[in-house]
This record gives sequence, structure tokens and C-alpha cells, in this order.
Amino acid sequence: MNVFGIRGGAKVSGRKESTAETPIEKMPMPRMLHVPLQQHIGVPAVPIVSVGSRVRKGQLIAASKGAVSAPVHAPTSGFVTRIGDYLAPHPSGLPVLTLSLEPDGRDEWAELPDTLQLETATPKEIADRVSQAGVVGMGGAAFPSAVKLSMGNQYELDSLILNGAECEPYLTCDDRLMRERAEETVVGTKFMMKALGVSKAFIAIEDNKAASFKSMQSACGEGSDIEVVYVPARYPMGSSKHLVQAITGRETPANGRTADLGVIVNNVATAFAVYEACCLGRPLISRIVTLSGEAVSRPANYETLIGTLAAELMKQSGGLTEEPQQLLMGGPMMGQPLQNLDVPIVKGTSGILALRRMEIPEQNVMPCIGCGSCVTVCPAGLMPMAMMNKIDHDDVDGADDIGLRDCISCGSCNYVCPSHIPLVQFFNYGKGKLKEQDKDKIRHDKIKVLTEARERRLEKQGVH
Amino acid sequence: MTAISEMSAPYVRKEKSVARTMTFVMVALMPATLYGLYLYGWPAIILFTTTIVSAVLFEVLSLLVARKPVARFTSDGSAILTAWLLAISLPPWAPWWIAVLGSAVAIVIGKHVFGGLGQNVFNPAMVGRVVLLISFPLEMTSFVDPAPLLSASAPTFLQSMDIVFGTATIDAYTGATVLDLLKTTVSQGGTVQEGLAGQYALGSWLAGSHAGSMAEGADILLFIGGVMLIFTRVIQWFIPISTLLSIAAISTVFNIVDPNIYPDAMVHLFTGSAMLGAFYIATDPVTSPTSPKGQIFFGITLGILIYVLRTWAQYPESMSFAILLMNAVAPLIDRYLRPRIFGRTLRGDPLDGPR
Repeated sequence: MNVFGIRGGAKVSGRKESTAETPIEKMPMPRMLHVPLQQHIGVPAVPIVSVGSRVRKGQLIAASKGAVSAPVHAPTSGFVTRIGDYLAPHPSGLPVLTLSLEPDGRDEWAELPDTLQLETATPKEIADRVSQAGVVGMGGAAFPSAVKLSMGNQYELDSLILNGAECEPYLTCDDRLMRERAEETVVGTKFMMKALGVSKAFIAIEDNKAASFKSMQSACGEGSDIEVVYVPARYPMGSSKHLVQAITGRETPANGRTADLGVIVNNVATAFAVYEACCLGRPLISRIVTLSGEAVSRPANYETLIGTLAAELMKQSGGLTEEPQQLLMGGPMMGQPLQNLDVPIVKGTSGILALRRMEIPEQNVMPCIGCGSCVTVCPAGLMPMAMMNKIDHDDVDGADDIGLRDCISCGSCNYVCPSHIPLVQFFNYGKGKLKEQDKDKIRHDKIKVLTEARERRLEKQGVH
Repeated sequence: MTAISEMSAPYVRKEKSVARTMTFVMVALMPATLYGLYLYGWPAIILFTTTIVSAVLFEVLSLLVARKPVARFTSDGSAILTAWLLAISLPPWAPWWIAVLGSAVAIVIGKHVFGGLGQNVFNPAMVGRVVLLISFPLEMTSFVDPAPLLSASAPTFLQSMDIVFGTATIDAYTGATVLDLLKTTVSQGGTVQEGLAGQYALGSWLAGSHAGSMAEGADILLFIGGVMLIFTRVIQWFIPISTLLSIAAISTVFNIVDPNIYPDAMVHLFTGSAMLGAFYIATDPVTSPTSPKGQIFFGITLGILIYVLRTWAQYPESMSFAILLMNAVAPLIDRYLRPRIFGRTLRGDPLDGPR
């Protein structure tokens, strides 16, 4: 199938060689698991077990709350030793409510719900199952999947795109998944299609992953309504709006969703989680994590229980070869910096990276010379240097006027800048300011409405 | 903006830097420059060196006055490149003080008064050249015919020192540039053909064997270097190609109208500093627009301006004036010719919503 071009984008060196060719390894059971109760976008889950209680593998330990939320399950059998704040995989280093679990080594499953049959399951049954299983978007955004799978109710959908682009350097967890668990992923895709009520699905894979392409294609079989598609290896191909553009040729309106075009985008790892939820009745309690970067002794992909500390993965890989310059959760283009490795793996963790100084060349920040490289690569069609200038002069509104809100923080501009200006940092600061202003505005509007209502009331009562 | 910060992604970078860009441009300029230095011999070499050395000195001085990190900014190569571009657009046997004054104007007034690297509105080398041209029209238009190194007509090193630093009067100042000559011939009622045939065999200006500034004779080499810069992605094609196409188009139109008065596109493209300007000066990132659309508009307008100034204005060597004029409107172009934002119309409204 021919795909369409996306605007801008950068050729980013993949650096995937160290982990792409070795099979997924299973992490041994860690001594402790620390399961955060907010691993998703939305409202945190509420614990329903107490300290001291024994839980079994797959048992619900924290229930979802509200429309956009996701429950959390016990990754193995054991005892709850503590429910309290624990360091979260977040750049702020702030703690979140976390449930600590001491495995009893028996890895004993709780009673699991019945399996669903693809032929007989209704869309609602599938969405409910996915919701109960605590499945969230595993590409990193961690948006509750059930909410997405129910969008057929509000939008007229026609296709599902599975994101197997994996455009971030270093990461190979999706690549390995597609090579080793293609059949299961395809079954998960079919459940998703049924839930969404669409008859067509595409699995988008960057054209530097031939093995994944082949394995997914043979899993789909001849004449399938799931089409495996090569997309150019160009960062940020994995951005959902850009992926939709590459495959359908259509551009998602600003302030809109891909669902407006009838398309839902999900990560391949999410499809696998959906398979496990529907066909095995298992909740999302583990995922594949890439441990990589040149400061790692033996980079690898690990099938890891949620709540395992990143430090355990590092230990399993033989530790660090040297003091890393930067620890990261996620890819190097959009990932989050980590203070240390004592943070748990969560549902959205695609990778843990330890980058060496050599990989982050020490570079002096120079003034902008207006070369326009950032304009050429910006996949959102913005003028990053112009926005940066405005934010630098404390003119956040000016930056807003020229598209700050349309920035997807992909970091392409930052990547190519010859002056090494931390553009993304400027934009994050600017977006934070805008959010603050928006909040203030809402508050003021509310006050205004209330004040006016009060005056009218007083007038009526004849006070004035 | 000096703080180094690794607070947010991305944590990988493309291996690019300001210094690398400047170095690549200098490498691309090298063949044409070496050829020019060969053609005009020792005086040109001495003048070239003087320009570069004095520019670096003025750069260091300016940085000291502005209290900026001297090592970091001097090593970005921008001052050397500025001086380089200035030097090769000077008459090759100009006196030393032309070089020093030009460097001073280019670096101090053209660049640092505006706030240094990245802040200047006008291309510093062209500011230097134009100030010299207006202030010292005699010295700036005293061109010599080529006297290649080691040839019989070439001055010795000592003679050359005297030409650049002394008071030697030279009989060789007889040359006129091709564009000069054409303008004079046509204004006296002659035809383009007479002008070109008068002293130069067709094609000799392609090989650079006619009077002119240091490097403009080597237009073919400049062209090759420029194309190399595009292929190595040091510069983008938008400005040079649109400038050259624009010059070619407009000169072809007028040439068809009256070939006796208006020379053809080849003459316009391969004489004067069309190549130097289009590939190396108009592409100065600081003083040109940043969006592809803006750059193409910039190039087309620049081409027209060059043609108009060459044909109907006072100075036949008008590249520098045209570039400075376009520099002045570059910020305006950037303001109005923005790329279309993803998911929005050109005017900035969201694309049509749900089906």
C-alpha cells in the first residue's frame, strides 16, 4: 500500500541494534513490587485492600474511579506491606500513592473471569473487559483503553490503526513483541475492531523493521481485513495524528481528534494486552520494557511485572558500565529524565535508558542564527525559533498566537538545532504558563457570573 | 541565553553546530578562493590575510567590550567567514586600509552593534563592502587584469607588500568588470555584442580571466561549491535556486525584447557576484527568512532587485545593495509568510471538523 508523506520530521539515528535481535527475556521475581495507583491519565485508582492482606496474582487491588481511570491489579501473589507515598517515575521526583507488595514466591493466580469469544462477544462486553483489566495505552500516553474503545458510540468510525512505528531511538519493545507475539497481537486487534465497530485495520510499521513486518503479515494471513503497512522511518512517525496522515492522507483538524476522521490509533502492545484480557481473562500486570543505552552492560528487552524497580532490571543486565550522564524513562526524544533507578516500572514504561556522556555530546548553547532548520523539521508546521524568541521575552501570548498550543513537544526542532537551544524546554514552560492563564480565566469568569447574579438578586430585593 | 540545560528531552542531538556550518561554507568557498588568489597573486593573498586577521581582532575586541565569552564566540567561525566573504568581494589589489576598515565596519557596526551573532539585521560582510564602496569609490572600483602567480606579469612578494601597504602606483589598474564594460558600451550607444566582443572572448569570463573582485571570476567554482553545500544540507536550496532562476527568467525576458541592450541570462548569472551572492551571502541564515516559503519569496525578489539595479541603477555591481535591501525586509517576510500549521488553514483556523 502506498502511504502519504507527513510534513517535516527528522531522520533520527535509531540506535536499536543492541536490543533488536535478541529475544525477550523474562525478569525473575523481584523481592518487592511497588505498584503506583496512578499509572494512567485520569483519576487515580482507589486501594481496596489493606496492609497485611494477602493478594493473589491478578486480583484487583485498586478500583478505578470516575469515567477516565483504570484499575490496578496485583502483579503476583503475596502480602501488602505498605500503602503510602513512593517515588514515581516522573521528572518532578514527587511521590504518588503506591501499594508495596512482597511476593510469596508462589505466583498463584486469582480466579480470572471467563474468556470472551471473538464471534459472540458484544462491543460493550469487550470494552468492559478491557476496562476491568486495567488496560491503558502502552505507547507511553497511558490513556485508559476502554475509553478509547467506546468511542464508536460518539464518533462514526471506520478504521483502526495499530501503531507499531516505534520511532523513538533505542526502543525495541514493540519490535520484539511484533516478532515474537504476532498471532496474539492480531487476535487482540480483532477484538479491538469489534469493540470499535470498524471493518478495517492497519498495522503501521516503520520500514526499518522488516522482521516485524513479515511476522505480522503472516499472522494476519491472506485476504485479511487487517493490512500491515510500511511507513517511512521518520521521526515522529509514531505521533498518532501523523500516522493517520501517512495512512489515510488526511489531516486531523486542530483541537480535534483522529476520531473526527473516523480513525482510532492504538499501540501494538495495547493490542497484546487486549488479547490477554479477552482471551485469557488476565489483567494488565506485566509489559515488555527495553533496557538500553551505552552505559548498560547488557542491553535487553525484559518481560517485567508492573511495580518492578528499574534498578532490578539494571541488576539483571549486569549493571552500569560507567556513571551514566542521563537516566531516562521512555525514549530519548520525548522520555522523562529520572533522578535514579529506584522507580517502579508502570504500564506506560516502554524503556529505561542509561545514556553515556558520549551519547549526549556536551554542547554549548549558542544564540539562534535563524537557520530555519527547526521550521523545516517541525511536523506541526510551526516556527519554533519564533516561538522561542517570544517566550524568551516573556511574551507567552505572542507565542500562543503563532501556534504554541499546536506544538506536540516531539523535540524534532531541538534535535536539529545547530545552536543547541533547549527549545522544548521553552515550550514546556510556555505551555505551563498558558495553562495557568486558562485556569485563571475560568476562575475569573466564574466570579464574574456569580457577582452579576448576586447584583441582580440584590436589585430584585430592592437593596439598591 | 547561555545556560546549558538538560532538564527536558530530547537527549539525543544531531551532530550539528554553528561552527560546523561556518566551516562547511568556508570549505565550499575554498576552491574559488584559491583560484582567485592564484589569479591575482601575492597582493591578493596579503589583502585576504589582512582582512581575516583584522576581522578576528575586531571580533575579540567587540566580545571583550560586550563581556561575552571570547573563546566560545570567536571559535564559532562566523567572524572569519564574514571577513572571507568581504575579502573575496574586494578588488584584489586594494590597499590594506580598505581591508582593515572593511573588517571594522563589518564586525563592529554590521554585527556587534546589533548584539552580536544572530542579532544583526544586515549581512555584516555586505555592510562592510557597501560602506567602502560609497566612501571610497575609486579604490573599490580599481580592478586589475589577472596576473597569475609565477606568471611574467605577477608582482614579487616584496612588490606586493608595497602594493598593499605602500604607496606604489600601479599602471595595471586598467581593467573593468564585464558588467561595467557592458553598461558603458550600451550607454554610449553600442550593443551588448560589441561590449562583450570588445575585450573578452565569449567564455573567458567563465574561466575568470577578466578583471573583477577576488573571487567573482571563479563563478563556476562558486557554483560547484554552492551545489555541494545544498547536497550536504548545509544550506537549503530555496534561496540560491530561486534567486538564480529569478535572475535567469527576468534577464531572458528582456534579452528577447532587445538583445542589443539587454545581455542574456548566462552573462547575468556568470558575471558580477551572482553566484557568490546567491549561494553564500543571501543564504546567511541570520539575515534571511526562515520558512521555506519566505526563503523562496526572498530569492525571487532578490533576483529581480539585482537585475533592476544592474540594469538601471548607478552601480553595475549591485549584488550587495540588493542583498542589504532584502535583509531589511526579511523579518517582515517571516512575519507574513509562515508555514501552514498542522490541522489548520493558512489563516490559522482549524480545518473543517467532523464529517
